[in-house]
Amino acid sequence: MLLAATASAVLMLLQQAPAEGTDWDAEFGVEVKERDPVTGEIPVEPYEQSNANAGATPYDSAALARDFGGREGIARIAARTVDLSEADPRVAAIFAAHDMVRLKRTLGEQFCYLLGAGCDYSGRDMRTAHAEMGVTKADMNALVENLQAAMREAGVPFAAQNRLLAKLAPMSDQVVE
Amino acid sequence: MPAAPLPAELPQIAYVPVLDAEVEPTPIRRAVPPVHITTAFDEDGVQSGKARLFKGGKLLLTNGVSTVEGSSGGGIARWATIAGQQMPGGIGLSAHATAIELPDYGWRSYGVAVGFGDRLELSIARADFDTRDVGAALGIGKGYTFNMDTFGAKLRVAGDVVYGDPWLPQIAVGIEHKRSRDGALVRALGATDDESTDVTLSATKLVLARSLLVNATVRYTEANELGLLGFGTTAGAGYALQFEGSLGYQLSRRAVLGAEYRSKPDNLGLGDDDWMDIFAAYALTDHLTLTAAYVDLGSIATFSDQRGGFLSAQVAF
Ligand code: HEM
Repeated sequence: MLLAATASAVLMLLQQAPAEGTDWDAEFGVEVKERDPVTGEIPVEPYEQSNANAGATPYDSAALARDFGGREGIARIAARTVDLSEADPRVAAIFAAHDMVRLKRTLGEQFCYLLGAGCDYSGRDMRTAHAEMGVTKADMNALVENLQAAMREAGVPFAAQNRLLAKLAPMSDQVVE
Repeated sequence: MPAAPLPAELPQIAYVPVLDAEVEPTPIRRAVPPVHITTAFDEDGVQSGKARLFKGGKLLLTNGVSTVEGSSGGGIARWATIAGQQMPGGIGLSAHATAIELPDYGWRSYGVAVGFGDRLELSIARADFDTRDVGAALGIGKGYTFNMDTFGAKLRVAGDVVYGDPWLPQIAVGIEHKRSRDGALVRALGATDDESTDVTLSATKLVLARSLLVNATVRYTEANELGLLGFGTTAGAGYALQFEGSLGYQLSRRAVLGAEYRSKPDNLGLGDDDWMDIFAAYALTDHLTLTAAYVDLGSIATFSDQRGGFLSAQVAF
């Protein structure tokens, strides 16, 4: 104990100030990921693309897709859900560290695919996408409330809102730790 | 004491050797471990030791309303839900008051329930049953009021009412220990006991694809009129299985319409009927829920056609 403390004290005195203009990212091995100049997205680890990654089978109901305002309506609802969550103090910290450009696109694709509105899902599966994110059931409820707010703003009838939630709720097992 | 010689390939970054140095952890000793430190009281509720009090987090109405026996559930049927709005690791609270107005009787009940995470619910409730003019006709005195205390406990053993496998409901086991405060009278009426314990098994699920909340509970009980008229009979009738069912349709995040059914034994031969109701529950705010119902309690103590209004208010955190 005493030895370690003395050694640290001596080292503190001996230390040199780091050179001006040190590249700290390089020193600590931090890789900087560049956003794709076209899509504005940050690349992710390679994975196999499949609609199965969306986590559930889609509905086949034109009326349901219409309730959500079709593909465009669905994309807007997904983007709005992400915006609300980014601004929601309960979960903002989880979203802050991730690529919201990509999430808006892939979440929109997932909803569109599940609602049978004619999209393919190109994102990762739910377990991989949320691995080690530390999502709790309370976070899950916060996200559901934000999605409900986005759907309400878009005028989606409540029963139709619940049909989308019915597809998502069972996925909580892969998302919540 | 001289400092250890620095290795040749030491990078030009301060502190690295210090960070690498192994420091023995100093054990922290306390004479008495802290038992109840309240360190924060903010809009997120109260932090008490490791538990979050009243922070909430549940989706609206997924804590149910309060039954006439003080448990989280529908109005007359117990559900597998846990009272309060807490999340795992949190502690929540709910309190309720209920009035039922019938042609010949008046029911008042009130109580509190504490929820521990999504696991355990403890509740206590008092019911007062005013016999009004019937009291005189029954020879027990006009306005004679039966009173009963119910002490409930409920443990969630599996599933989740909203999440997870859509075919796995939230399942809970529980007890309701009831004490009639009219021991002499209920024995005179033919009951053997003035206290007894019901055992319940409940399954509840929100079927999102249909916006439908479905609940089924079996109750092993010997209670006469929930226990207001005591338990069992001197003629030998005792415990039997009874059923409680609820269906609720979610109109919005805040509003539910539904119906309930509850079977009851007729141990005393006074014509105890099964109960049913049609209810509407509305979450007026995130913490206040009002429930109004039309109830059909059938015959009570030989006076038939006891249909009337049910009104209940619940506050929950
Ligand atoms: C059942 C519920 C959920 C569904 C269906 C869902 C869906 C998705 C989808 C489709 C993606 C995109 C995956 C990809 O781009 O490859 C994603 C990523 C993400 N989700 Fe969720 N999610 C759920 C719950 C949550 C919750 C509760 C949180 C946190 C409060 C959350 C936070 C995130 C974040 C931060 C990302 C970005 C991950 C990254 O960029 O690496 N999700 N989610």
